[in-house]
Amino acid sequence: MFRRKPIPQGGRRVLVPFTGGELDPIVLDAAIRIARAEEATVVPAYLIVTPLEFSLDAPMQHQVAVAMPLLEAVEHAALRAGLPVDARVETGRTPTHALQRLWKAERFDRIVVPAPVGRNHGFTPKELQWILVHAPSETVILRPDPTLSEGLRLVRTSDAA
Amino acid sequence: MDRGHLRILVGMAAGVGKTYRMLQEGRQAREQGRDVVIGYLEPHDRPETAALANGLEVVPRLRTAHSGLELEEMDVPAVIARAPQLALVDELAHTNASGMRHEKRYQDIEDLLAAGMDVISTVNVQHLESLNDAIFELTGVRVRETFPDRLLDEADEVVLVDLSPEELQQRLRAGKVYPRERANVALQNFFQKENLAALRELVLREVAEDVEARRQPAALEPLSKQAVGERILALIEPQPKSQRILRRAWRSAQRLNAEIDALWVRSNGHEPSEEEATQLAALRRLASILGIHFLEEEGGDLVSTVRRVAGERGSTYIFVGTPDESRRREIFGGSLLSRMVRELPGLDIRVIADRAKREEQR
Repeated sequence: MFRRKPIPQGGRRVLVPFTGGELDPIVLDAAIRIARAEEATVVPAYLIVTPLEFSLDAPMQHQVAVAMPLLEAVEHAALRAGLPVDARVETGRTPTHALQRLWKAERFDRIVVPAPVGRNHGFTPKELQWILVHAPSETVILRPDPTLSEGLRLVRTSDAA
Repeated sequence: MDRGHLRILVGMAAGVGKTYRMLQEGRQAREQGRDVVIGYLEPHDRPETAALANGLEVVPRLRTAHSGLELEEMDVPAVIARAPQLALVDELAHTNASGMRHEKRYQDIEDLLAAGMDVISTVNVQHLESLNDAIFELTGVRVRETFPDRLLDEADEVVLVDLSPEELQQRLRAGKVYPRERANVALQNFFQKENLAALRELVLREVAEDVEARRQPAALEPLSKQAVGERILALIEPQPKSQRILRRAWRSAQRLNAEIDALWVRSNGHEPSEEEATQLAALRRLASILGIHFLEEEGGDLVSTVRRVAGERGSTYIFVGTPDESRRREIFGGSLLSRMVRELPGLDIRVIADRAKREEQR
């Protein structure tokens, strides 16, 4: 008989925030390894940037269409590694504003953040600096191996089930 | 306490006479013996409007300072404490100054309705959230203050305040909408005849759709409502797996062109733990981003509550997660899913697999 791995009540939580249309699998793998070592829940969080003309709770159909399959793919990868997952979507005027809103609402014990490499994904250096100054918990910034080909490095929305 | 009655006066643009009509209706109601107050009025320095407001009781506004400016907002607690039968509240889509009870005025209005008073409010069609992109394409103006479409659906009455583009332009030229110097700029920009014609078409279509939507439920038997369109009811619990249920429901809704309701049935007297409250807040945020209506009901029996809500909302699909039932309960109490199939006839039921279970069995 198989037993479901429960979400640990009050257990440790590793936040993996990301934005745009892709997440580097190396970042995800690292987050999974950290979560496994700490018996923690992986919390992949897709950050939606809401333009000023919309309220923050407005449905953002285009961005949601990118976020949903991507979250499914990330969730799938974490579950395949045998870890409990608790995915989130958060909105903000900027990625850091969305992060700030998420931190305000929930507790995280560790944050694993992708740094950009050679193209426009991951957080910008300025955003990373902000995260390091304001993050409420220990933060790991991961810079993926730039020599790996793009095809290998990216989880894209098309990977989603 | 019975919820109040919401009447929304909708127009194609500023200046068509929504506020004027609201005040006329307020005066008329008072003459008929009803207790009427102005909760919030935006007179826009229009003498005719100000004159019509004369003699109607005004609940003093709340003053607040923001970025060095003194702003005035509706004093919701004062209106509720005054408890009139009818409150007139202008500019439904307005965004309140920070630090107010709610971010948006329509949320203030919801409080007034919940307190049992009727409300008449006004809004322009360009503020409707779903039309934001269309308005931008038509007029080149990105409207910053929006309100959710559900408000029109939920309003008891939606009334069109109409004026032809030519008449509105004449009002502008006569300085009845804005001061003359501002009117000239407006006429060359947002208030161009082509823009107004397009906006008028949009508002006429919106109101026509609203009339159609209101006619159908009355004309159709509850069972035949299902043939009209799909509507998903996603059953959730304050657990991480419910995030996936909402995402799945959203994806299906895209294909079905369906509306989605998310329902959490809280056991009688059950207070959410801190963990559950966090999960619920996250689910509410996700529902809001996905345009899902979040419902919370208290009930002793899940299936009968779902049956009632599905009837009220006209649901055609139920999305449910894999129940966490013990084998013993399944054998002796009957499984939840088999009860749902038995007691929710005519509804499609889709069980969303728990991926965590699938991965564990590999």
